[in-house]
Amino acid sequence: MEGLLPELEVVRKDFPILERTLAGGLPLVYLDSANTSQKPQIVIDTMVDHLEHHNANVARAMHQLGAESSEAFEGARDVVAGFLGAPSRDEVVFTKNASEALNLVANTLAWATGPRAVGEGDEVVITEMEHHSNIVPWQLLCERTGATLRWFGVTDEGLLDTSDIDSLITERTKVVSLTWVSNMLGTINPVGEIARRAHEVGAIVVVDASQAAPQLPIDLAAMPVGERPDALVFTGHKTVGPTGIGVLWGRRELLEELPPFLGGGEMIETVRMEGSTYAGIPHKFEAGTPPIVEAVGLGAALTYLGHIGLDAIHRHEQTVTAYALEGLASVPGLTVLGPLDATARGGAISFELEGVHPHDVAQVLDSRGVAVRAGHHCAKPAHARFGVQSSTRMSSYLYTTPAEIDALVEGLNYTRSYFKVG
Amino acid sequence: MTQNLSGQDLDALYQEIILDHYKNPHGKGLREPHEAEVHHVNPTCGDEVTLRVHLDDGVVRDVSYDSVGCSISQASASVLHDLVVGKPVEEAMAIHEEFLRLMQGKGTVVPDEEVLEDGIAFAGVAKFPARVKCALLSWMAWKDATARSLEG
Repeated sequence: MEGLLPELEVVRKDFPILERTLAGGLPLVYLDSANTSQKPQIVIDTMVDHLEHHNANVARAMHQLGAESSEAFEGARDVVAGFLGAPSRDEVVFTKNASEALNLVANTLAWATGPRAVGEGDEVVITEMEHHSNIVPWQLLCERTGATLRWFGVTDEGLLDTSDIDSLITERTKVVSLTWVSNMLGTINPVGEIARRAHEVGAIVVVDASQAAPQLPIDLAAMPVGERPDALVFTGHKTVGPTGIGVLWGRRELLEELPPFLGGGEMIETVRMEGSTYAGIPHKFEAGTPPIVEAVGLGAALTYLGHIGLDAIHRHEQTVTAYALEGLASVPGLTVLGPLDATARGGAISFELEGVHPHDVAQVLDSRGVAVRAGHHCAKPAHARFGVQSSTRMSSYLYTTPAEIDALVEGLNYTRSYFKVG
Repeated sequence: MTQNLSGQDLDALYQEIILDHYKNPHGKGLREPHEAEVHHVNPTCGDEVTLRVHLDDGVVRDVSYDSVGCSISQASASVLHDLVVGKPVEEAMAIHEEFLRLMQGKGTVVPDEEVLEDGIAFAGVAKFPARVKCALLSWMAWKDATARSLEG
């Protein structure tokens, strides 16, 4: 099939979990990568090697192991900066996940004084298709400051409705935060267009790249300045890295303007009982011992993705997604929620199967070794927009094969017969 | 604890009785009169139930509900309705206890058919930790609503 990774079988061998079997000796068909991706051997080995041979705290141990550990940790920051095309490595802040990164921005904005301060009369704009982690922190910001939350709607086709962009993003707007790729609908949003409008009115733009980072090439430095977000977050475990590590990239001036997030070790310049001064970025936002081995693992993960190439991964995802959309369309009573054009969307496809609840769909698929997600996918407003309470979601990644999509489609037809629908 | 299962386990989970109650739920819809109404949600999956109870003279006269959710949660509400309506509150609470014991038994509890009737079909659900909360959603809502009615 044209567009698949040329050495797909070799790539699959990099992921040891794909060789395991499930109850009844069934092979694993893992179609839940938008939830969390599987890990290649190189990530597992790098983390084990760090713990076995280089373990020490970072930036505060004056011994050889401390130097090695610090070098590995800071090396991972360089890898992240390269992965994002960040203008400066100092703009890369490690967090525990994307949620913490978004909360970092929303909380420090709530505490900010001066031009970044958010207060009554100000507005924060998000979208109806956000993950809860890009909704709740902004609701909290608005509750704490008296600002008003507004949002872009979603069209019937699952696209962001930008028809009211000029009335939504105004002189009152302080922040616009949106997902690059929807975790539920798969929609790829016009980040550049929205950033351009937001910047015209002096608002900052925050982008949730949790679903974009695994599958779209990102090059911040290459973006026109007016279209470049001011902050961008993603999580390690969806980019074949470990859990417990996330990233906030922020434009230097913005990060310098924002007050500290958590107080503690490492984030200070000096501490006196009367008061403290703070470290420069990125350490200002990294209080306490960071997730060291997780950062090192993330470095290995992004290096791995870089070797395969994000362009090739993106093409693979689009090919598998197109094949999946075609297969799903052949299942009677199945409705896809979101865009039907594979070139305009990511690799997560949510759908409804008439007459069978998503939990039951997932349960029957699981009995055949096919792992999907069922529920609201932490996007309840996006589900409400389409009048549904939950959906079933399949999501592919660089190791997904067309044969696995066939297994899903067969499983869905079996599900229909099991529940005697149609 | 594994959730993986063979086809046989799948049939144990989806007993015919459960699928029948799912397709034709008993007592569904919100009705008057009622002394208490509660709304319970399963936050991890989004299943929801709004449930009313009508007690009179120490007897459960009606349990009416409106719900969205999977086959297990829908069938469970239907069986709840069958088992507790018309029973003295004390006896209904004892049925609730027996159902709870079955669902929390991780598949090791042999249910009392005299007490649970169609409810014994849920024995297979107890082996699936992720689905136990589906089966318990309406039962927990009923207990909550009944307690509120008694307070009121």
